[in-house]
Amino acid sequence: MARAVSTRTKTLNTVIAGTLGFLIFFPILWIIILAFKTEEDAIRAPLEVLFQSGWTTDNFSTVQARSDYFKHFSNSVIISLGSTLLGLVIAIPAAWSMAFVPAKRTKDVLMWMLSTKMMPPVGVLVPIYLIFRDTGLLDSRFGLTIVLMLINLPIIIWMLYTYFREIPGEILEAARMDGAGLKEEILYVLTPMAVPGIASTVLLNIILAWNEAFWTLNLTAAKAAPLTAFIASYSSPEGLFYAKLSAASIMAIAPILIMGWFSQKQLVRGLTFGAVK
Amino acid sequence: MGQITLKQVRKSFGDVHVIPGVDLTIEDGEFVVFVGPSGCGKSTLLRLIAGLEDTTSGIIAIDGKDATALPPAKRGLAMVFQSYALYPHMTVRKNIAFPLKMAGMSEAEQASRVERAAKVLNLTNYLDRRPGQLSGGQRQRVAIGRAIVREPAAFLFDEPLSNLDAALRVGMRQEITELHQSLKTTMIYVTHDQVEAMTMADKIVVLNAGRIEQVGSPLELYRNPVNLFVAGFIGSPKMNLIEGAEAAKRDAATIGIRPEHIDIIDGGPWTGTVGLSEHLGSDTFLKVLVDGIGTLNVRASGEVGRQHGDRVSLAPQADKLHRFNKDGRSVK
Repeated sequence: MARAVSTRTKTLNTVIAGTLGFLIFFPILWIIILAFKTEEDAIRAPLEVLFQSGWTTDNFSTVQARSDYFKHFSNSVIISLGSTLLGLVIAIPAAWSMAFVPAKRTKDVLMWMLSTKMMPPVGVLVPIYLIFRDTGLLDSRFGLTIVLMLINLPIIIWMLYTYFREIPGEILEAARMDGAGLKEEILYVLTPMAVPGIASTVLLNIILAWNEAFWTLNLTAAKAAPLTAFIASYSSPEGLFYAKLSAASIMAIAPILIMGWFSQKQLVRGLTFGAVK
Repeated sequence: MGQITLKQVRKSFGDVHVIPGVDLTIEDGEFVVFVGPSGCGKSTLLRLIAGLEDTTSGIIAIDGKDATALPPAKRGLAMVFQSYALYPHMTVRKNIAFPLKMAGMSEAEQASRVERAAKVLNLTNYLDRRPGQLSGGQRQRVAIGRAIVREPAAFLFDEPLSNLDAALRVGMRQEITELHQSLKTTMIYVTHDQVEAMTMADKIVVLNAGRIEQVGSPLELYRNPVNLFVAGFIGSPKMNLIEGAEAAKRDAATIGIRPEHIDIIDGGPWTGTVGLSEHLGSDTFLKVLVDGIGTLNVRASGEVGRQHGDRVSLAPQADKLHRFNKDGRSVK
């Protein structure tokens, strides 16, 4: 039922919401502004930054010249795509079995998987670091792909499990009656029906893997470093270069923001899948 | 061919014995209906035959060959589900062709078989639509089409009409019966609706609590129910069951008389007051509170001018009276 809302209330609400939104967005806006300023201008008082300084794109070329952006970018792409796809290969059969042939302890297994996400990653940094050191996986894209796949696997399985549960079991039984084996059932019936869910799982996990900073910073040095390490390299150790740091940040987050923007419809559809019948 | 034999088939879920042991033979070409109240195990029995559930013990043989351990795909049976279970991402054409594709049939053969099935089921104009764009009756036809294209040894129907509205249900009921007459393939049909059972079946299997109460043709079950359960379940409106002195007079624990076998005539042995009267034109249904017996349903053909509160005199047709002993078994 529609409620009567006076114009005054509407205006007030709009102003409050707009202000809050602007405040939350402000740090990002500031980074965008600083990225186009010289280092000298960037550390001036905010109002001077806004009104008494010129604009420049030098930061971007400096950043690219100093630390190869495209190398980090391709590392990010390989690691986030690789970990997500590898995760899917493991998660689809796992979620299938838990959704369609649950056993007595299936719920417990699911909870146990989720519980690994409740543990702070730093708690297992030492063992994982040592394992990586001894197996020569430190600073390798392969090692990082494995780690990111493992830390996101619970989320991938949970999401797929939720989507699979929405698929009526009778349709899979019909496929079995129609002569489909397990492989055909998953390939021709289950997967196409779960495509919206799988797509949003993929998108969300690419974003999570792209933005992951703890493991990428701790397990890489130069060779396998993705964009998160690229941003971090502009912070404290060399003194704070606000303008370059801002430019690097924008270069790092732009690809994933653009991807998120174009896929937002799919993401929302996937995340609210089954919520409304 | 499609002869199906069940030997001592049992099914338990943990400690719950859903099917405590069933022996049944379904002959090739028969239309067999499993009927019973909800929870009687009729769907479970069908799913055991389909292979969608594993038997706890016992043997299921199809055409004489032991199929107990075969997966559903290898049993050569086709099934129509209550929810139709169509593949929503495929067109009608692809839905119907799916079992053929799984069987590795050539594209040309698939196409011609789909065309043929679509023609039989009046689906030719809908082949390129998706299930979501079809009405309930059309979806039902697609589900049947998907079942008939592969020419299975037998069709299994799991309450296929219960999602349709009443008018459509009658039409589809007749279509399925006609389909059976033209294909002459074994059909096993599960329903809780005894009208569907009576109108469609060659042979009805009445199930109660996982046990077979009686197997027989519709009219056999109607005329000679072996026990109180079958007597009460088959026939609409239900058979009147009378206990006490009236039954004792006839040397039985319970006597049963169908509403259509009670005549309204002057000087009958029972007298009572009309409670409710339903006038359908072709028939009149009366609920009569009979003195010393209780409420009886009476069905008279044509229009009977009796209204609420009228006194009537009733006479049961003696040869249509059923007698049951104290265990509920029928006695002759």
